[in-house]
Amino acid sequence: MDHKVNYLLRLGDNALILSQQLSQWCGKGPALEEDMALTNVALDLLGQTRLWYEYASELEGAGRDEDALAYLRDAHDFKNCLLLEQPNGNYADTLVRQFYFDTWHYFLIDGLTRSSDARIAAIAEKSLKEVTYHLRRSGDLIVRLGDGTELSHARTQAAVDALWMYSGEVFAYDAVDEAMVAAGVAPDAAELRAQWLAHVAEILAEATLTMPPADAWMQKGGKQGRHSEHLGYILAEMQFLQRAYPGAVW
Amino acid sequence: MYAQLVDTGLKQVLTAADMSADEQAFQARIDDGIRIEAKDWMPEAYRKTLIRQISQHAHSEIVGQLPEGNWVTRAPTLKRKSILLAKIQDEAGHGLYLYSAAETLGVSRDELLAALHSGKAKYSSIFNYPTLSWADMGAIGWLVDGSAIINQIPLCRCSYGPYARAMIRVCKEESFHARQGYDIMLALARGTPAQKAMAQDALNRWWWPSLMMFGPSDAESVNSAQSAQWRIKLFSNDELRQRMVDQTVPQAEYLGLTVPDPDLRWNADTGHYEFGAIDWAEFHNVLKGNGPCNRERLQTRVKAWDDGEWFRDALVAHADKHRAAA
Amino acid sequence: MSKEWPLWEIFIRSQHGLAHKHVGSLHAPDAAMAVNNARDVYTRRNEGVSIWVVRAADIVASSPADKGALFEPSNSKVYRHPTFFPMPEEVKNL
Repeated sequence: MDHKVNYLLRLGDNALILSQQLSQWCGKGPALEEDMALTNVALDLLGQTRLWYEYASELEGAGRDEDALAYLRDAHDFKNCLLLEQPNGNYADTLVRQFYFDTWHYFLIDGLTRSSDARIAAIAEKSLKEVTYHLRRSGDLIVRLGDGTELSHARTQAAVDALWMYSGEVFAYDAVDEAMVAAGVAPDAAELRAQWLAHVAEILAEATLTMPPADAWMQKGGKQGRHSEHLGYILAEMQFLQRAYPGAVW
Repeated sequence: MYAQLVDTGLKQVLTAADMSADEQAFQARIDDGIRIEAKDWMPEAYRKTLIRQISQHAHSEIVGQLPEGNWVTRAPTLKRKSILLAKIQDEAGHGLYLYSAAETLGVSRDELLAALHSGKAKYSSIFNYPTLSWADMGAIGWLVDGSAIINQIPLCRCSYGPYARAMIRVCKEESFHARQGYDIMLALARGTPAQKAMAQDALNRWWWPSLMMFGPSDAESVNSAQSAQWRIKLFSNDELRQRMVDQTVPQAEYLGLTVPDPDLRWNADTGHYEFGAIDWAEFHNVLKGNGPCNRERLQTRVKAWDDGEWFRDALVAHADKHRAAA
Repeated sequence: MSKEWPLWEIFIRSQHGLAHKHVGSLHAPDAAMAVNNARDVYTRRNEGVSIWVVRAADIVASSPADKGALFEPSNSKVYRHPTFFPMPEEVKNL
């Protein structure tokens, strides 16, 4: 597969899987206002998915439209990071997952606005306002929960610790990522990682939470299609109708 | 439908002779079409009736997120998924506007939620039915939101200002809901035989509960008559239901689907459709808690509330800490 | 101390609007979250808006009974309202 198409699918798959996870909270959030805010994030991410997939589809030129990409690939062909398929858990798990992702996503999208690929830069430009807000929101909530009650502090710390080992995958560049960096399409991992660590350290400190060690062992494989057991179930639910009624138009 | 079966607490409609001077002045304002606002004097019965009616409406929007939330992770295309997510989010918003309107009457949202969670407060019967296929998303948008619009448009002119303004806001967003539902049905009706059967099955299951949404005939109802005098219920249940049937049958015909009522027929003399008898025993049972999904719906809401307590409390604790420090 | 999130009244000025309008209320633990929530609840369909949030408890309202004393004088000065001066049909933009 062409490196750029692969790269675009990674971006789209991240947004799609995370959006799918957030959608499960619909109508079940801890407060009405929070329910709406989280759904907004899910909607924004879904919109971004569709932009990435549209471009990937054009470049690939194999006639796979956005729905074919979303609904007809099996787990080993999905390229999202492992972090995003981790379960929603309690609201702290969901928000920490979100915060880890939003921080990377913000610096990445900001970097992509300067991509040598004009289309990628345009998509990033459109997405930047959204991801800026997402980061502001999730960071703010981490601070409130970390520096809230003893219970919220404990739950948030537990999530920080449990999800830490999934936070490094985005910076583990492989041949695809390196090709994008070499072509001036995507920002460098070291730079992104430094920005990520600095911001996360700042927020966790304000939240009175302990940051796990930066050099901890990190899980990876999602980008290369080696996923956790969770993804199969996520896809089975998401793809059911298209699989059960092949070729139908909805 | 939110005005249905709302207990005004009165045994008969108040006549001028029954009313105090304040009540007469109040009624005169209503008769003149002047809006009542939050800080205006109002009879206690009017306040209580409105709180019940508005909160019932708000609860319906919140519970109403659940039958559709059931399919959002299984939406068959990214476009349909986006639209459905936006619709469900709108419903949360509607609930929020309505709770806000109810709170202007001197009750807190937490009190209203406590009434819902304890089973004391009612919400629209329709949301106690299960969503069994993707076609249900079409049927709900088309029939349920369609019925809601018929009920809500007159309420934009109701006597209580905050409620009327909330309704105006809601109505602007609601027409998108009905259209997206019908659009789903159109795609299915034009699709494969399996999809068409899915659409027909959804119509079969949602038709009668949608008609029941408007409530039983209230020609004899004291509560309805008093609410009409107070202009918080502007048309009778039967009038609204008839409007819904007249509007919807041609839409079903356009889809090539059959309305599941063998007694349905056009009456050229009256210019309306005649339709079959509604099973009111089912309606009353559903309201009482014996519908297919009452327990699950309530359990889901209670669980969300209980599970979320630590989150809400944490945010209060943080705010208190930092206000004290400021 | 009550654990209920306080009530906030929300005022929005749209992108091309001239003044903030009251659009409704919501619950939030503090002002910052009230602004964020207002963005998510009341501006979903628009961009570039200005949001004011005020604690409902801080709003001081005139009493309806005062209407006579507070507002009567304006009503009798009818010439302050544009409709008092009928313009000839041919004259536009006035």
